[in-house]
Amino acid sequence: MFNVERWKEIFQSIKKNKLRTVLSGTTVSLGILIFIILFGLGEGLKNSYSDLFLRQANNVVFLYTGKTTKPYGGFKTNRRIEFDNSDIADIKANFSDRVEYINPTIRYGDNIKYKLESYNFSIQAVSPSNQYIEGNVLMKGRYINEKDIENKTKVVVIGRLVARDIFKTEDPIGKFINIGSRSYKVIGVFQDLDGDNEESYLFLPYTTRQQILMGSDKVGSIAITFNPNLGGKGAVKLENDIKTFLKKKKSIDPTDPSAIRVRNVADELERSMQFAGALQIIVAFVGIGTLIAGIIGISNIMVFIVKERTKELGVRKALGAQPSEIIKMILTESIFITSISGFAGMIIGVIALNSLESGLQEYFITRPQVSLNIAFIATVILIIFGVIAGYIPAKRAAQIKPIVALRDE
Amino acid sequence: MIKIDKLHKSYEMGSSSLHVLKGIDFNVEAGELVAIMGSSGSGKSTLLNILGMLDNADEGTYDLDKMRIENLDEKTAAEYRNKFLGFIFQSFNLINYKSALENVALPLYYQGLKRKERQKIALNYLDKVGLKNWSTHLPSELSGGQKQRVAIARALASNPKVLLADEPTGALDSTTSMEVMALIQKINNEGKTILVVTHEHDIAMMCKRIVNLKDGVIVEDKKVKQNIIKNV
Ligand SMILES: Nc1ncnc2c1ncn2[C@@H]1O[C@H](COP(=O)(O)OP(=O)(O)OP(=O)(O)O)[C@@H](O)[C@H]1O
Ligand SMILES: [Mg+2]
Repeated sequence: MFNVERWKEIFQSIKKNKLRTVLSGTTVSLGILIFIILFGLGEGLKNSYSDLFLRQANNVVFLYTGKTTKPYGGFKTNRRIEFDNSDIADIKANFSDRVEYINPTIRYGDNIKYKLESYNFSIQAVSPSNQYIEGNVLMKGRYINEKDIENKTKVVVIGRLVARDIFKTEDPIGKFINIGSRSYKVIGVFQDLDGDNEESYLFLPYTTRQQILMGSDKVGSIAITFNPNLGGKGAVKLENDIKTFLKKKKSIDPTDPSAIRVRNVADELERSMQFAGALQIIVAFVGIGTLIAGIIGISNIMVFIVKERTKELGVRKALGAQPSEIIKMILTESIFITSISGFAGMIIGVIALNSLESGLQEYFITRPQVSLNIAFIATVILIIFGVIAGYIPAKRAAQIKPIVALRDE
Repeated sequence: MIKIDKLHKSYEMGSSSLHVLKGIDFNVEAGELVAIMGSSGSGKSTLLNILGMLDNADEGTYDLDKMRIENLDEKTAAEYRNKFLGFIFQSFNLINYKSALENVALPLYYQGLKRKERQKIALNYLDKVGLKNWSTHLPSELSGGQKQRVAIARALASNPKVLLADEPTGALDSTTSMEVMALIQKINNEGKTILVVTHEHDIAMMCKRIVNLKDGVIVEDKKVKQNIIKNV
């Protein structure tokens, strides 16, 4: 295979025929380059998705209430269902082996005031497990604890943006803000990696809120986290068990779809990851398309090169070149050019991806990368097909009679 | 040196067939300088291509230096062309991206010689055709006559038994044609067997023997008094 004299012949042919060298070289380089960049961007899209969802606890099930749509157990239809504290206690008692945290939540809006200024933020009355479920990270002070729940203390934990807007450079801890007509002491500031929206909340103990509502025991919605060992199927079963349990307790038709509803974050996560996966398949498809386009391009160029050289090959044959020698010459040349430019394209592609790394966050692309394995395999595939593409016209050229080739004008 | 017997050749063109050579009997001794003449389409190139193993005959026998040439595969044909034959074409057929020296050295590459040796031999032959100082020039930098002299040097490089020249002066003006024919006479005088296809009478008269083809048969074959070219 390695023949110094043939290599010298080939280098001369490459050096003296720059146009066709550049033409076939760039086709291969571009094919690989585009493939790697597309593939990397697809990977980046997927990364964005997993980052977005994996920061939150994903073993969460939310329970909501609504109105009944079917009469049942002596009740008429259109009855408003609400959760209350006994439901929380019952879930705790009956599902303790499968449920980790329970977080009753009451959302409401009220006037927020500090030193005569009014502010507008979302308010939620919650339990301490809210911290884990939302993925809040404390920056300062402490979170709501069980004592606050027990004593119905008037304390509030605020998000980073709330603290920034209300207190500017002041330290918020220990300060009092007014929510409605009552005064609450700020005990902590949290941040949340899921974005600005999540940092615009005020959280206070749900029992405090219930006390203000004349000792009501109603709860807006309930979030529970389940034991992750349950897996997807176990989670669905738990959901259904809790739903059945609560419906029975509240005399709701077991088939009523809207009186009690559940939302499962894991399901949503899976759907989103499927979407990201589908995106990546599409991107991979486009990438493979580019690769095929590259292969077709290099095949065309090889046909063109051999056609252009027909006369030269005829002369060489008249001077004593054997068919195998002609094939080896054309093939070695094409392997050489495709390998060099293929790997050049691969290296440029990888470098380009690395330099894009940080700049595309706003287009929802995080850490666009392609594994060296995939880059390498794609390059080798292109080279192999380049060789096959070169072999067919080379073989044909080697077989035509020298007079036919010489007559070719 | 060359001995052909009842040689036939037809070209198939679709459904019809063109009978070009209709039984050629023809011998050439070593050291001869033969002109092959005939009107356009009479089959001169066809005959020369068969002699040069660039094409196959349909019928008849061909012996080159007492060796029967038949049923050659491409590989053997290439080997025989390289060892036994030198070609000179009307359109020179130099490889345009190779220098004069590299063009002359090419047949030696296919003999498996090392680069150094190839260049030494090639330079020798370039010197013989008077182009030693042009060795690094590309064909595009040479005149027609110079190109043909490079082609002659190339044909000689592998030291073949026979030189086959198809209208070597066809693309040249009369002065340059003289130079080229003088070179061919010189090489012939050194003992090389040469066949020259031409349809110019005065070129033919510079050879030692004229063979006339007409409608695929030899109609005349005569020794002539060679018109020797002096001081060009
Ligand atoms: N490959 C081919 N296929 C079909 N016909 C051919 C082929 N080559 C030559 N011919 C025909 O064969 C005949 C002889 O051709 P050839 O080239 O031998 O003539 P020639 O004597 O060399 O003519 P010229 O002086 O014009 O070169 C011509 O009629 C030509 O058209
Ligand atoms: Mg002819």
